[in-house]
Amino acid sequence: MRLSEHIYRTISTIAGPLLFVQKIQSARVGEMVIVHTPDNRRLEAEVLEIEGDTALIEVYGTTQGLDIEHTTVSFSDAVKKAPLSLDIVGRIFNGSFEPKDGAPMFVPEKRMPITGAPINPAARARPADFIETGFSAIDGLNTLVRGQKLPVFSCAGLPSKEVVASILRNARLADSSKKFIVVFAALGLTFHEYSFYLKTLEDMKTGFVAFVNMADEPVMERLLAPRFALTVAEYLAFEKGMDILVIITDMTNYCDALREISTAREELPGRRGYPGYMYSDLASLYERAGRIYGREGSVTMLPVVTMPEDDITHPIPDLTGYITEGQIVLSRELHQKGIFPPVDVLPSLSRLMQKGIGEGRTRNDHRQVANHLYKYYAKGRDLRRLEAIVGRDGMAKGDILMLDFADAFEKDFVGQGMNRRTVQETLDAGITLMKKFALETE
Amino acid sequence: MSGKIRAISGPTVTVDLKGLKLYERVYVGHAMLTGEVVRLEREKTVIQVYEDTRGLAVGEPVKGVGMPLTVRLGPGLLGGMFDGLQRPLERIRDEMGPFITGGKEMYALDYMKKWLFTPFMKKGDKPLFGTVMGTVEEGPFKHSILCGSESGGTVARVFDGEISLNEPLGEFEDGKDIPGCHEWPVRIARPYRKKFAPKGPLITGQRCIDFLFPLARGGTAVFPGGFGTGKTILEQSVAKFADVDIVVYVGCGERGNEMADMIAEFEELRDPWSQRPLRERTVLVVNTSNMPVAAREASIYTAVTMAEYYRDMGYHVLFLADSLSRWAEALREISASLEEMPGEEGYPTCLASRLSGFLERAGVVETLSGKIGSLSMILSVSPPGGDFTEPVTQACLRTTGSFLMLDTSLAHRRHYPAINWFQSYSLYAGDVAEHYRAKISQEWDVLLRRSKEILQEEESLREVAEIVGAEGLQDTDRLLMRTAEKIRTGFLQQNAYSDDAFSPPEKTLATMKSILDLHDQAMDKLKQGMSLEEALKT
Repeated sequence: MRLSEHIYRTISTIAGPLLFVQKIQSARVGEMVIVHTPDNRRLEAEVLEIEGDTALIEVYGTTQGLDIEHTTVSFSDAVKKAPLSLDIVGRIFNGSFEPKDGAPMFVPEKRMPITGAPINPAARARPADFIETGFSAIDGLNTLVRGQKLPVFSCAGLPSKEVVASILRNARLADSSKKFIVVFAALGLTFHEYSFYLKTLEDMKTGFVAFVNMADEPVMERLLAPRFALTVAEYLAFEKGMDILVIITDMTNYCDALREISTAREELPGRRGYPGYMYSDLASLYERAGRIYGREGSVTMLPVVTMPEDDITHPIPDLTGYITEGQIVLSRELHQKGIFPPVDVLPSLSRLMQKGIGEGRTRNDHRQVANHLYKYYAKGRDLRRLEAIVGRDGMAKGDILMLDFADAFEKDFVGQGMNRRTVQETLDAGITLMKKFALETE
Repeated sequence: MSGKIRAISGPTVTVDLKGLKLYERVYVGHAMLTGEVVRLEREKTVIQVYEDTRGLAVGEPVKGVGMPLTVRLGPGLLGGMFDGLQRPLERIRDEMGPFITGGKEMYALDYMKKWLFTPFMKKGDKPLFGTVMGTVEEGPFKHSILCGSESGGTVARVFDGEISLNEPLGEFEDGKDIPGCHEWPVRIARPYRKKFAPKGPLITGQRCIDFLFPLARGGTAVFPGGFGTGKTILEQSVAKFADVDIVVYVGCGERGNEMADMIAEFEELRDPWSQRPLRERTVLVVNTSNMPVAAREASIYTAVTMAEYYRDMGYHVLFLADSLSRWAEALREISASLEEMPGEEGYPTCLASRLSGFLERAGVVETLSGKIGSLSMILSVSPPGGDFTEPVTQACLRTTGSFLMLDTSLAHRRHYPAINWFQSYSLYAGDVAEHYRAKISQEWDVLLRRSKEILQEEESLREVAEIVGAEGLQDTDRLLMRTAEKIRTGFLQQNAYSDDAFSPPEKTLATMKSILDLHDQAMDKLKQGMSLEEALKT
């Protein structure tokens, strides 16, 4: 602990969001710093590196208007922390944790570092409880469970926000006495999307906390907002015993912000210019989902990733898929057929599904129904290529049946419009569909 | 010996401490974070810190330990779960709560636990490094207490009975204690007397591997695959069912939930060979993707050293790492923070040599005490974008004996394990098939050859079928395609969540034989002039 506040007016270089401050007496890596601009603005910043008596500082927010002569820098001797209290529920903040809803700031009960600490793998409880999203393609074939991180892979122009909004409205825990609190982090959101989400949140009956960084707000806040959101989520989950659903949209904007900051720091670029540590950085967010053995609450995460050029091998969806426990992939083809939600079940996957379904959780025949639907649909999809070559008339009767099944599966099972289906209804719909085509269901 | 921090940049710290050795272990800052010396210059030393450097300040003290990064080797490792620096995660949880905050020095071994010691040494013996001094019972295993020093002198006294690791097992003539455990630097391979070529099969219980691409004890295998191809499930299945004495599993930069799941499962399941709980034969090293990067780099060395320790007692040990790519990426991050010249895709140019040096720690050996032990390695690789031309996969190809390619398109069809049967290979296939032929059945090679032919022919027929339609093929070809489909769905596919998850070689062979017998019978009928539909009716 330092006994006095350290204030310096010894900036040597300003480059983008970075400042070099000289003749520092003592500084810590990750320490919070306040930068006072000549026009009396107050900016927050963080110490990135220290070499001898020179510190490299990164400013959150815009550095326009800073100068070398008059700008002062004061060191706080503390790391960046988020204020926390139960009063946070129902509030909307910007990417710097300032109220955006017009109400005054709440009185914090405590503060916690926003980077969080890794959950000890030996303290994790295995995710097992089923979450009903109301979508057959997810509940039936790619089941979400409490404590899971399951991203939605979308393409530009697909209705990812409608899918997310539906899940927000419809998600229920198996134990229906409990409700989710939704923590919503919006990164680089356009105003159009913002108003859509705001309406959805306000229509919801459950509580929510929102962190919103608009498309024209500082890039650095895009890196902070999800960390605020997750710190709040961990607090509500593991200290207050609530079940939290964290929605982050759009992770592609997050990664682009990370690339922009990394380039400003003159770091070596990796694939497509993204920094080499992007995997670790993304993991430091995604891995905060989970449950802790012996504690009540849970953090479940549903990040949205828009795949640039519809390419699933692009570094952003690629690294995300390596960290998360599966993915829900939206398909342009299904969207064009007018199917909602346009979930392509073949590349979609929920790694934790096996633990969330079956007797006592969903229904004892769940696994069997899911396996059969998959098998028949995959076969039908395979046959479409053949159909394209030989034409429908040249195909065997059995093959035509599978083609028709695949079409019906997309239209009636995956496609459900805005209707909510319970998992019972989902499984029954699957069985009815297979029976209609006289396919084996046992 | 102590100095002060001069500069901090990410996980690397520059200090003004002189007289350190390369790769010496150091304690950094008031928080006593563990670090390792990675570069020496006349005026300064660069240290790679294994924990989060957030909160560290210039001017804080740095202290050399006088030893490189080591692990403690003694009874009590089995059933344990450690981080990349061999800290016991379960005891850390009990003492510090569910979150890891770092800077906590804790020994891997429980020094209070009592072990029943049966001495082999006697007064007047002059034990050398690796000599068996006696045994303790570690679960179902006889744990040989190995001499951990080069020339300890002459044994003067020997104790027996209930001894904890705090107490000596005996005394040398010069009055020095004989300890029950010792330390070994993780980056140096433990010595042995002689090394042999990999021999004898390593039965995994996975039909596709055991039959088409068999592994050998002492061999190395990699399976690369994009995300969602089932690398982790396959690694865990092998860890559960492999025909070895001891399994060391490293979760290197992977998911925390998966590790929690695995621990819970290993407590419930039993080893199919010994019927003992799986946890008793397993050592887990876990560095999840959100734990510090530098410790991720060290984790595979920590784990392999423990694996070698059990090998040195004459056990057959299997080392599994998931995933090697995360280790390579950690190496890249550290290399970037040291501002080294990057090679392909930013990886340091030493990647291939570091990797081959590591893989060479596998093998069948005659230990220093004259026993035969083996260390086999199975490593998963996560190529970015599922592109196998990337540097880590390519570096593995040159040094591993078995390459099992996991195929995204198979995974999308829910064909698990998604091992591609055309691209994969095993250099041990010839030797191991010989063994199976002698031990299981004379027909092993014949069935193997025929099944491969059928799969190959299916591939060429499929192209024809795509043009003329399946109905346009001749009956014999349609039969062949049916049989190939049976091989794919009834033999190569194996559900990791059902009773079929483990398939011993006898069952593997019987399954293949019944598929091919049916094929032969139907083929005979076709030759007698029956139609395919009639031929299949029986």
